[in-house]
Amino acid sequence: MTDLTKLTMAEARDGLAKKTFTALELTDAFITAIEKANPALNAYVLQTPEHARVQAKDSDKRIAAGSARPLEGLPIGNKDLFCTRGIRTTACSNILGEFHPTYESTVGQNLWDAGAVMLGKLNNDEFAMGSSNETSAFGNVVSPWRRKGKDGKLSTDKLVPGGSSGGSSAAVAAGLCLAATATDTGGSIRQPAALTGTVGIKPTYGRCSRWGIVAFASSLDQAGPIGKTVRDAAIMLKAMASHDLKDTTSVDAPVPDYEAVLGKGVKGLRVGIPREYRVEGMSPEIQKLWDDGIAWLKSAGATIHDISLPHTKYALPAYYIVAPAECSSNLARYDGVRYGLRVNGDNLIDTYENTRHQGFGKEVRRRILIGTYVLSAGYYDAYYLKAQKVRTLIKRDFDEAWNKVDVVLTPTTPSPAFAFGEKTGDPLAMYLEDIFTVTVNMAGLPGMSVPGGLSSEGTPLGLQLIGKPFDEETLFRTAQVIEDAAGRLSVPDAWWMKG
Amino acid sequence: MNSQKVAEKPKSKNFIEGATGDWEVIIGLEVHAQVASNSKLFSGSSTGFGAPPNSHVSLVDAAMPGMLPVINRECVAQAIRTGLGLKAQINTKSVFDRKNYFYPDLPQGYQISQYKQPIVGEGEVEITVDGEMLTVGVERLHLEQDAGKSLHDQHPDYSYVDLNRSGVALMEIVSKPDLRSSKQAQAYVTKLRSILRYLGTSDGDMDKGNLRADVNVSVRKPGDKLGTRCEIKNVNSIRFIGQAIEYEARRQIDIIEDGGKIDQETRLFDAAKGETRSMRSKEEAHDYRYFPDPDLLPLEFSNDYVEELKSKLPELPDEKRARFIESFGLSAYDADVLVAERASADYFEKVAGGRDGKVAANWVINELFGRLNKEGKAIEDSPVSSAQLGAIVDLIGSNAISGKIAKDLFEIVWTEGGDPAEIVDKRGMKQVTDTGAIEKAVDAIIAANPEKVEQAKAKPSMLGWFVGQVMKSTGGKANPAAVNDILKAKLGI
Repeated sequence: MTDLTKLTMAEARDGLAKKTFTALELTDAFITAIEKANPALNAYVLQTPEHARVQAKDSDKRIAAGSARPLEGLPIGNKDLFCTRGIRTTACSNILGEFHPTYESTVGQNLWDAGAVMLGKLNNDEFAMGSSNETSAFGNVVSPWRRKGKDGKLSTDKLVPGGSSGGSSAAVAAGLCLAATATDTGGSIRQPAALTGTVGIKPTYGRCSRWGIVAFASSLDQAGPIGKTVRDAAIMLKAMASHDLKDTTSVDAPVPDYEAVLGKGVKGLRVGIPREYRVEGMSPEIQKLWDDGIAWLKSAGATIHDISLPHTKYALPAYYIVAPAECSSNLARYDGVRYGLRVNGDNLIDTYENTRHQGFGKEVRRRILIGTYVLSAGYYDAYYLKAQKVRTLIKRDFDEAWNKVDVVLTPTTPSPAFAFGEKTGDPLAMYLEDIFTVTVNMAGLPGMSVPGGLSSEGTPLGLQLIGKPFDEETLFRTAQVIEDAAGRLSVPDAWWMKG
Repeated sequence: MNSQKVAEKPKSKNFIEGATGDWEVIIGLEVHAQVASNSKLFSGSSTGFGAPPNSHVSLVDAAMPGMLPVINRECVAQAIRTGLGLKAQINTKSVFDRKNYFYPDLPQGYQISQYKQPIVGEGEVEITVDGEMLTVGVERLHLEQDAGKSLHDQHPDYSYVDLNRSGVALMEIVSKPDLRSSKQAQAYVTKLRSILRYLGTSDGDMDKGNLRADVNVSVRKPGDKLGTRCEIKNVNSIRFIGQAIEYEARRQIDIIEDGGKIDQETRLFDAAKGETRSMRSKEEAHDYRYFPDPDLLPLEFSNDYVEELKSKLPELPDEKRARFIESFGLSAYDADVLVAERASADYFEKVAGGRDGKVAANWVINELFGRLNKEGKAIEDSPVSSAQLGAIVDLIGSNAISGKIAKDLFEIVWTEGGDPAEIVDKRGMKQVTDTGAIEKAVDAIIAANPEKVEQAKAKPSMLGWFVGQVMKSTGGKANPAAVNDILKAKLGI
């Protein structure tokens, strides 16, 4: 039998439908792969094989009964930011300790109701704050990708899988699940997807319910999938999205069948190329990637238009005011009083300080401090209010762009995957990882990363597509054209399976 | 003499006398009223009072990770109704903000409140103090969550937290600094409470903490600019509000007159000692880091919705008072007393319907309220129903019984119940209007008291003694007017 873990989600779905293999066999293949790979990659912070097998057996019954649901028997990984009923959820922070929610996130419930099988909880940057998965309380996730040295051999340097959804991107790239849930506040789906040769989409703000997802920055957070292919991402998003009365920021709009648009092509589609994204010092290979993307879409019949998004340069600084501000408030509930870690002190204030100092990692503490500062009396107008105004201007930039174009094409990241520690000493360098992605969150738009080629070091690079609000369909059909042209990127050597 | 008379502003009776002259006290109130609703402001948990600790706590109330608030429509409607009752500006768009601070009974680490854009803007409340009508400005009304409760008396080493109240909807109603005496402040809270109860938007039950006030007090020499204010937190009875203001004004005057200055601070009222105490200074004040709650969209509704609510508002105390004066001929004082509580007003209207309004008001206010007060009973628990009291008033009106007998009858109905007309019949309480019978009694008295008859001829006011004797001999049932007439005729006075 073929290696089931190498299948795409769509292929696995076909195989189950044709009864080539059972859901249990498929699930067991992944369970075995995870057991073998996880010591090297650390993509999963919690493996739930028994839970997965129960779900898989149920799926097999349904398949046998002819009552299979859209994701019946398809094993996926679930980012540890999604609360799981009765299953430990920590957001990869010590402060949540051994927290076992009594509830399931709406997105998770949608997936299980569609028949998906959960293999376990995936690693991420603590509270989704990071761009390299180096801030997790469970340690770094290692990318399955390796750099090619000048001698043409693969280096053994460990590369980051991107973040914050580093567990999701690494697991999908390494074949440790068919697809994964992820969340994106400033690029946390698209950047790791770009760095691992996978496909990730952050849908329009409000497309997926935030209920039951540990909050980082409420006005920016949005769930989405990471998959091996554009089609897999389409299958996943269709199942994840829903209007939810429990989240008043979720939107009551019909969820289209994204798979249905995949073959529609881009003939006549107007593609915008924002000149402000040609940042100083952009590497030639990122420039080439972008040019390739333009050429592919052009040859598929799209028209290319230079556009201007004049407030782009303010997006990153404004993001690093809004996101920490909301985080400082959202994380106030982790006080050691009701659940999670408590480190007692001599008095209440001591207990708060001990708990939060020991419970939160350095990056989370940094952002809480920044956020507390920018919301303080006397600073609010200068920082938070101004940042919100910038946000309005960024939205307006896009609103004007939509008069001229249907979709915007940019690189996803300014550089290919980097090695551990390369940027940890310099928070600003790390924050720059988000430079192409944060505008999308600030404007609440859908954004998608699709592999566009390899760097000179043989590591993946991603192209980003930005769409109109609730027009994920255009992103999917455009991404499909790019995927068809660029080809799927697979990790050349499964070194992590060799023990 | 050509000296010009300078018009001297009359000395206000509200001024407080100090060693250096008169002082004026300036008071503003922030009243927190629990919204009458079955569930909390942002969750489906019950708002029921008196449940075991932590039995009305949803995942949202406990601030579990990933939980989100969803606005309760009924609480919004209640806030709009209240705004309408305060003749206030209703803001069809308002914003919920987070007020950030750490405390164990505040699970989210922030209170969801409304800061810059409240649901209700400026309005007013009319009060009457010592017969003088006064309009008190309302600055704003906003919706916010209540916190839970810390229990410090349950364990020697630990404090416990009860989250039943956590997330319950409150309306914070902020007055303008228009109040000039503790009496006015008390009248304002009393009136506000009455309006809320009429509207059914809050039960205003101060014993349960469902209505409490933060009292801002400052003093100044009349005509001077405003002094530094102190805020007295969480005063939970109308009596205490008066005491706290009296104490605080005097404290501030004494400090200033001793050459000191007032520090802006938050104070507590110690009811046992009747004094206010410093809680925290301005420097220790929290920086609440308000910002719009990103989990909630701005709250928006249409003018039509406001109009719809407006069309269903009940009659409010001021309107009812005017109507009682107009259609029942009541005095302003009696009308005030009757409309203070909706239940009293309703009771009165049932008694007065189709009867003499003034007689009905007298009976409700003097007999019924007097008796209820004596027994510590609420009007809802009155043993005498409005129908029974109406029947008593009818019996007086038809001259079947005298006022004096009516009081006895009221007592019987209060203790034993029953149909007043039947009781009068069965117990022979009917007034004697038969002049023959009265004449007989008069003759007997005159015959037995010749010397008094002589005295009465000289001093007609002695008539009262004869009336008393006749009433006594007829068991109080003789019609007093008839007794008077016959006596006058027989005595020749």
